[in-house]
Amino acid sequence: MKRSPHTRALGGLFVGLLLAAPFGCGSDGSRPAASPGEPPAPSPAPVATPSPAPRPDPPGDVPAVDPGPIAMRRLTQEQYRATIADVLGDDIVPAGRLEPDTRQSGLIAVGTSEASLTPSGLEGYDTIARAVAEQAVDATHRDRNVPCQPEALTGTDDACTGRFVRAVGRKLFRRPLRDEEVATRVEIARNAASDLADFYAGLEVALSTLLLSPEFLFRVEVDEADPSNASARRLTSLSMASRLSYFLWNTTPDDELLDAAEAGELVLDRGLADQVDRMLASPRLEKSVRSLFSDMYGLEQLEQGLVRKDPSIFPVFSQALMRDAREQTLRVAVEHLLTDDGAYPSLFTTRHSFMTRPLGLVYRVPVAAPDGWEPFTFPDDSRRAGVLTHVSLLALHSHPGRSSPTLRGKFIREVILCQDVPPPPGDIDFSMFADDAATSSSTARQRLEAHVANPACAGCHAIMDPIGLALETMDGIGIERDTENGERIDASGELGGVAFDDAPGLGAVIAGDPALTRCFVQTLYEYATGRVSVAGERELLDYLTQSFGASGHRLRDLLRLIVLSDGFRTTSGPRAAGGEP
Amino acid sequence: MTSRLHRRTVLRGMLGGAAVSVGLPLLEIFLNDNGTALAQGAPLPVRFGTWFWGCGINPDRWVPNVEGPDYDLPPELEAIDGLQGEVSVLSGFNTILDGRANWPHSTGVAAMLTGIVPETDGAFHGATLDVSIADTIGNGTRFRSLEMAATGWPGQSYSRPSPTSVNTSTVSPFELYTRIFGDGFVDPSDSQQGPDPRTLLRQSALTAVREDARRLEGILGSHDRRRLDEYFTSLRQLEQQIELSLSPPQLEGCERPAEPRGEELGTDLPQARATHRMLAEVLVFALLCDQTRVFNMLFSWGLSALRHPGASSSHHQLTHDELVDPDLGYQPQATTFAIASMDAWAEFVNLLATTPEGAGTLLDNCLVMGHSESSFAKSHDVSSLPVLLAGRAGGAVRSGVHVRGNGEPVTRIGLTVQQVLGVPLAQWGSRSMTTAQPINDVLA
Repeated sequence: MKRSPHTRALGGLFVGLLLAAPFGCGSDGSRPAASPGEPPAPSPAPVATPSPAPRPDPPGDVPAVDPGPIAMRRLTQEQYRATIADVLGDDIVPAGRLEPDTRQSGLIAVGTSEASLTPSGLEGYDTIARAVAEQAVDATHRDRNVPCQPEALTGTDDACTGRFVRAVGRKLFRRPLRDEEVATRVEIARNAASDLADFYAGLEVALSTLLLSPEFLFRVEVDEADPSNASARRLTSLSMASRLSYFLWNTTPDDELLDAAEAGELVLDRGLADQVDRMLASPRLEKSVRSLFSDMYGLEQLEQGLVRKDPSIFPVFSQALMRDAREQTLRVAVEHLLTDDGAYPSLFTTRHSFMTRPLGLVYRVPVAAPDGWEPFTFPDDSRRAGVLTHVSLLALHSHPGRSSPTLRGKFIREVILCQDVPPPPGDIDFSMFADDAATSSSTARQRLEAHVANPACAGCHAIMDPIGLALETMDGIGIERDTENGERIDASGELGGVAFDDAPGLGAVIAGDPALTRCFVQTLYEYATGRVSVAGERELLDYLTQSFGASGHRLRDLLRLIVLSDGFRTTSGPRAAGGEP
Repeated sequence: MTSRLHRRTVLRGMLGGAAVSVGLPLLEIFLNDNGTALAQGAPLPVRFGTWFWGCGINPDRWVPNVEGPDYDLPPELEAIDGLQGEVSVLSGFNTILDGRANWPHSTGVAAMLTGIVPETDGAFHGATLDVSIADTIGNGTRFRSLEMAATGWPGQSYSRPSPTSVNTSTVSPFELYTRIFGDGFVDPSDSQQGPDPRTLLRQSALTAVREDARRLEGILGSHDRRRLDEYFTSLRQLEQQIELSLSPPQLEGCERPAEPRGEELGTDLPQARATHRMLAEVLVFALLCDQTRVFNMLFSWGLSALRHPGASSSHHQLTHDELVDPDLGYQPQATTFAIASMDAWAEFVNLLATTPEGAGTLLDNCLVMGHSESSFAKSHDVSSLPVLLAGRAGGAVRSGVHVRGNGEPVTRIGLTVQQVLGVPLAQWGSRSMTTAQPINDVLA
């Protein structure tokens, strides 16, 4: 299908503007963003993180913020596993059933401020805690995890137990343990070691109590008076350490960050900036980007085997393929936004990607590597451009047996552009559909016209369908096609008054939509704070959006802007029950 | 009537024909004269369960014409042929919206289980009734409740301890088996040994955890204190599980079943039927061993994703897209799922009805509420939700009648089952759904 000159001009113009925008940070040495019609330069495969140069001040005055409340945040499954690996070793297997993450207002990160622990959930954590504790102090791992030797293997040693509990507990609770917290565990370990005539069995029980504690399973954020502003509350230095670490690294704070927190440095501008710059320069930042995109796009469903296709309709389908599809999108996000320091909007136009053999079967492209990943760039005339044409999102927003323009359109409106799609009205009579039109038509466009012909449905479907129909040249698992049931597919449409001819055209229009970057800023802010943004933060979000633009839409700059803002550092206090958000 | 199989036969037949060790049946000599309690006075436990299927039925083809006992079986109820004596049909009970929206596929179930019509899509404004019942009867067992879903998605559960938390479903029969009969289950046929010293140490370990939670309570805001309350509830259950693992189950009918094998999770109808059957079989043994007294079985979700293998449309899509056949008067494809759902319900009830317990059956000591989120799914009708009650709740319930609601609030059903299970409630439901009237027709 031919792309209209109009669309091409728009995409090119937009990226041209971006490249010309004044920004001074993070761009040194990185290649320009990919744009339609311009294949991106090859890039190094591993994440080579450029050390951030000192940032100039963002433009304009930082607006005052009236921030939202704090709440305990339950560790996500991924954070739980990463924390165990960081504290006790990445060869410790936390085998068992972790309570599933819950998504609220579109994000698991927001759900963590709502989730509690059900009986079956705690039961699962108990099983895992005992298995982890057993491995952590077994003969293979005890030298790494226990900072001292007991007086006798078969006896008790309170001093060594105390050192172990303090060292491991500080990392698990993300703060120094109180004396009574240590004393209780030393006593429990002493009794266990004495009953079982085994020093390390005592440590095992003590460790399992740390792993089951609400102080570990929940990140408890604490606020305090702000000495520089009598009317404001701020997060304590220790709470800042956890908030920073789980936001930027998706794991528990390292020693250096905890040291800075204990020294009170994270409530000071300079001390905070020092740590933030160190964290942004760390390869661990990749974890944050992966977690963010997985959360935003709901990609955990691909990993957990929850996206199922009918193998008789899609013979290429397998769970391994779905996992590869998720990984492909995360790799593209990490490479584009971190490795290449690329502009966020061009994530929706980039032709650059990665392939595995199973993915090659869906994309119908040759893959040289027999297993593992290799970089791949789609040609200019390909229908694949940007993440919206990834198998991950196409398969996720489809039915088991066919594609769904409505679900795809809904995803783009709600998740990519933060625009509300009203639910179908409750009193609607679905039986008034023109039934014959709904079933006998050949293409999805014709079938959906049945809805649009109905005034009760037309309003909402007009919001979703025209965008989703642009992706109809890729079927329910993401394989390209020209026809459906023998009829040629028309992928043209318009968004916000701008016409496009096909899927790459849609990507280019989205890349130029002002709602795109405002939505990303808001989502990232809510992901960082673990709650829906409040009215008193609107001006801050506007300011962050402008500053993001001024930086050339570089992700590292946005992350830095967010964590240094008062929205991230201050709070209205602990959340009241039943309070919104 | 379904012929009642001898318990040995039933147990042998379960779990794919795998050999299971069969303990002695509960001899009548141990029972009191009515066969309802152990001779030493401890009654057989009464259990409560929900059984949910999505996207309803065709009312014209499901609601019996005859009221009271010996009701007739329209085409979509034929599956319970032979079980009418065990099953009551409740038709025509209304979800009174009071001007609130009817959120497709969620209002009906939230209203049924919480008594409150939700203000926003997908919301549950209070704990669901199974949780209130578990608070009343589920505290003495290893599991306060067991949630299961047959189509492979753990997040699919309508059991809500609070508006923001979900009792996640176990979807794998093997995992369900391992949770109940693995570590922590004391097999009554094993030779008695002293308690494992490690079990006693686990108890002392939990005291440290409880101290942490108590200290934390003091610094939290009210939102977090409520979440911590749920943590305490969960901690109590864990302590209880450890306590109960020190001695074998007290019920004579208890034995460990064989491991389920060959599971295949998915939304294809044959997969869901097989998974449902395997989950139900493990559940039966869990009930016989008094490991739980409350369960929630989800055959399909409100937006039913059930599908015939090779078909491009799911059950839910078909309810909206498929033509109502002018000659038949219903949607032929979509209706196959309503019938399959009733087949699965009948299979479930039959399993309980053919498992002996005491002088009767396991079903005699259960109350199972089968329900869906709409009646005619094409129009999301919640004005006459289809509800089924199976079992006699240890003699408290009269089974085998058809009761018409005639537009009375659906909360009367929720009030009835909660009162039967001993929840101290005088009235239940909100706004026009507030009711103090149980359904006397189903009470013994």
